[in-house]
Amino acid sequence: MENAIEVKGLQKSFKDTEVLKGVDFEVKRGEIFALLGSNGAGKTTTVNILSTLLKSDGGSASVCGFDVLRQPEKVRENISLTGQFAAVDGFLTGRENLILIAKLRGIQNPSQTADNLLERFGLSEAANKRVGNYSGGMVRRLDIAMSLIGTPDVIFLDEPTTGLDPEGRLEVWKTVKELAGSGTTILLTTQYLDEAEQLANRIAILHGGKIIANGTLEELKKLFPSAKVEYIEKQPTLEEIFLAIIGKKEEK
Amino acid sequence: MKNTTGVLFGRLMKHILRSPDTIITVALVPIVMMLMFVYVFGGAVKMSLGDNVNYVNYQLPGILIMAIASGIAYTAMRLFMDMQKGGLFERFSSMPIGRSSVLWSHVLTSLISNMLTVVIIFLVALIMGFRSSAGILAWLAAAGILVLLTLALTWVAVIPGIMAKSMEGATTFSYPLLFLPFLSSAFVPTETMPKVVRVFAENQPVTSIVESIRALLNSEPVGNNIWIALAWCVGIIVVAYILAMKVYRRRI
Repeated sequence: MENAIEVKGLQKSFKDTEVLKGVDFEVKRGEIFALLGSNGAGKTTTVNILSTLLKSDGGSASVCGFDVLRQPEKVRENISLTGQFAAVDGFLTGRENLILIAKLRGIQNPSQTADNLLERFGLSEAANKRVGNYSGGMVRRLDIAMSLIGTPDVIFLDEPTTGLDPEGRLEVWKTVKELAGSGTTILLTTQYLDEAEQLANRIAILHGGKIIANGTLEELKKLFPSAKVEYIEKQPTLEEIFLAIIGKKEEK
Repeated sequence: MKNTTGVLFGRLMKHILRSPDTIITVALVPIVMMLMFVYVFGGAVKMSLGDNVNYVNYQLPGILIMAIASGIAYTAMRLFMDMQKGGLFERFSSMPIGRSSVLWSHVLTSLISNMLTVVIIFLVALIMGFRSSAGILAWLAAAGILVLLTLALTWVAVIPGIMAKSMEGATTFSYPLLFLPFLSSAFVPTETMPKVVRVFAENQPVTSIVESIRALLNSEPVGNNIWIALAWCVGIIVVAYILAMKVYRRRI
């Protein structure tokens, strides 16, 4: 089985609004797949159907070979969802959050698992602080760390950098890139073009309830008029200035 | 599922113990009310009750009901927070755990935390001069009524906890409940109330519950009150449970 995710003719309406009008795409095992689209394009709806939180109205979807409607329990055993809003417990410490998920997933050694992840995500120092006091970037990193417990085959990252400051965004990008090496399949949604460009092996553009383009960055570039060579003086963007001042260099 | 509910129960108990606001409202406020009733109004009320009445004993059931009514407002609040965007409900729903265990962990937390409050208030009452001649069976019966009442109000609280659109919406339902003990025989005898108020006071659930617990703890005959109290509690549990499960299923 080569495909981790298969989506065929997926449809979903909310009351009178047709959000998904027949969405088709496939994600190969080990791939980072970006679903790109503007606000309200149906990215979260797609992710919620794939993670068994929502039921589709038509079409079919399977994750790791299991149908999301007929075998939702099997799907849930193989996935992890990092939703659009970081789902962490603000009353608990970072460590307690990780232990909570490890216990719920029935992991043998919850404390050890938590400590390893804290180390890996650079959260060891804040391990025993309440998550309510974490910065946005730290919360997102913890959120992603919580999704890795139990080594799921497929991870859904729904707009992982929305609402983060530039520093936090870079932290999350670094994390996702590291995940890519481990063989986990990642479906990520984003409304930022540069994010898809930075992270994904393949990009699908969701617009008007359908996938209107799907391919690698190179393939997508070929669909459009070839680039012209122009000489312009490249002014630093405000983001570059900001990051330079605060002493962080964007890794390209 | 038992295991999962237990882990989630541990999480919610941490919420309570780490939230001074909750502890103050559910334990300290009822104790302050009790001090006020006994040491401010107590003397005056005793003039109509007769000198042989122990007013600490008399007002204790009403205080316990007020404590439970304010306790379940926090049950609704905790459930509401989990169901929100950024709450943990979505994460739990995409995990391979029983979907009802999240709800049951809230119900269990509500029951245990309210019983803890009840015990604390009993201990304070003991210091203030509460004395009981009741035997073990009468104590068990009184405890049973309090457990049933807590379960009934907990299931009532689950409904706004799931359905509310805002924090205020989730908790305001408890205010009328907090006032019911005043319109009952909890703190003063109903004989001096105007006709309309008196009819309401004598036929609403708080009066039968208060009269039953008072009679049980004072080793007096409980009469019909205990059956009326049980009917109210069980009736509320059945209706609220059916409605709560209905709105819960709509959300998952």
